[in-house]
Amino acid sequence: MNTKKISLIVYALLLVALVAAPFFGAYPVFVMKLMCFALFAAAFNLLLGFTGLLSFGHAAFLGGSAYVAGHAIKVWGLTPELGLIAGTLSGAFLGWIFGVLAIRRQGIYFAMITLALAQMMFFVALQAKFTGGEDGLQGVPRGKLFGLVDLSNDLTMYYVALVIVVAAFLLIVRTIHSPFGQVLKGIKENEPRALSLGYDVSRFKLLAFVISAALSGLAGSLKTLVLGFATLSDVHWTASGQVILMTLVGGLGTLSGPLVGSAVVVLLENKIGELGNLLARITTVDWFNTLGESVTMVTGLIFVICVLAFRKGIMGEIIAFIDRRRAK
Amino acid sequence: MTISLPALLSQLLLGLVNGSFYAILSLGLAVIFGLLNVINFAHGALFMLGAVLTWMAMEYLGVNYWVMLIAAPIVIGIFGVLIERLLLRWIYKLDHLYGLLLTLGLTLLIEGVFRSVYGVSGLPYDAPDALSSSTDLGFMVLPNYRAWVVVASLVICFATWFVIEKTRLGAYLRAGTENPRLVEAFGVNVPLMITLTYAFGCALAAFAGVLAAPVMQVSPLMGQNLIIVVFAVVVIGGMGSIMGAILTGLGLGVIEGFTKVFYPEASSTVVFVIMVIVLLIRPAGLFGKEK
Repeated sequence: MNTKKISLIVYALLLVALVAAPFFGAYPVFVMKLMCFALFAAAFNLLLGFTGLLSFGHAAFLGGSAYVAGHAIKVWGLTPELGLIAGTLSGAFLGWIFGVLAIRRQGIYFAMITLALAQMMFFVALQAKFTGGEDGLQGVPRGKLFGLVDLSNDLTMYYVALVIVVAAFLLIVRTIHSPFGQVLKGIKENEPRALSLGYDVSRFKLLAFVISAALSGLAGSLKTLVLGFATLSDVHWTASGQVILMTLVGGLGTLSGPLVGSAVVVLLENKIGELGNLLARITTVDWFNTLGESVTMVTGLIFVICVLAFRKGIMGEIIAFIDRRRAK
Repeated sequence: MTISLPALLSQLLLGLVNGSFYAILSLGLAVIFGLLNVINFAHGALFMLGAVLTWMAMEYLGVNYWVMLIAAPIVIGIFGVLIERLLLRWIYKLDHLYGLLLTLGLTLLIEGVFRSVYGVSGLPYDAPDALSSSTDLGFMVLPNYRAWVVVASLVICFATWFVIEKTRLGAYLRAGTENPRLVEAFGVNVPLMITLTYAFGCALAAFAGVLAAPVMQVSPLMGQNLIIVVFAVVVIGGMGSIMGAILTGLGLGVIEGFTKVFYPEASSTVVFVIMVIVLLIRPAGLFGKEK
């Protein structure tokens, strides 16, 4: 059996598991939140893993679109699908602006520029009237999809969200395997060479950036629709750091990595308090009980370990392991 | 809109104070990047450590400001040696972005530790007695401490500039930035130079932190917003020139101060807006060279 078949089977199993999850006691809203972050990380990975551009500003697309979609649905009274489209388009537009500016500089400057632009967006979100400042944008109704399907039911919302996320993921897969995706890979491996072959490298980078930003915007809009609110934490730079961590933990430049990475990071952040209590009971060190309040500390530690010793990430290591086995 | 001269001048001074921090921090970032090819995201956390150590020394040991002005940079410098020897050393051969990610992780780790102990609210720290009063200059009242911050920062910045641009030691450093292998072939201990450079950059950040303790709220998060502004400063100035980093830092601080007077809503975004303009007009930065 070749690797392609194995991975197809694994994806099919994952899909079946997601379809069945609500019937086995999984809390739909939590799984939906997980799916939003998985989409966010997959969109981010399109840029970092497949084009080699480190954006440190993806929070702006996630959070910015979350506000736009929320505002469009709540204040303008748009239907959910139009709200999601509005959010996605605003992500694309913002991505275009960021991209045009950041692509003017190479390497590490690219990361710093995107970070600074995203921080600017954070202050805009903090001060603008329509975002609700520190309180965030609250009470966004889910409404009726196409005016027909009532999304206020968690289960209905769940399957709609699942369809959207799967479709977006397939789009990413398609992009990566397209000739366009191959050029992106070429740019990542050797930019001067891609340039000398006659590819307009800046345009390819910009397009990749816009696609990634648009899909991050979709993730943010969907999150608002699911949870009914958009907050400052989604525009804060730590959200940009978080998506880097998800991609890194899961495996840079692998299709499945961001899915695994986002699940690991979100679960860790939600369950770390319980984990701390457990450790405190086992080791009788009281300090572990406070672990729930020190998520950033643990996140930082994982970052350091990943960069020093685990750069391939979970899926990267698994794929490398399978390849080694097959080589024997 | 009428703005009184004293108000304008006091914002100018406040701008210079912030600009001094930008200058010292971007200077450190530039020196470290030049030799290590690492963008030290932890610079903000080290700045915070400088301030928190100063507060801790007063709170727990009764050690005063002046001692800490020397001691904190030394302690953080040693901490920098440890970071470089134990962590950064392993990633020099990798893509630049791993340096950023590693130091980002370190930042979250350091801030997380202090957050779990001190929370996020500000810890009060008084200016030393000798500088706590103000001087009436006639046209404005000059708070002595703020004046001291600006003067001390300028002295440190220009001393650094002098060492790097005008001394033999600085010549080694500049040569190492250009071509480390060649410098090593001439018998200079480049790995040691790298360690000391990183330690020096960290010590600079800590020095700025000590200076900041009485004027900013001392808190575990005080470094993280600052470091992002400093990144924008570095993008605006370009990392090629020491003097460029100093001037850009001070200049942006002043512009930010004036923005507070004329259009306060934009004061937190003005530096980023300037970054956008500079990127459009002069992508390599004001003092940068296009490679």
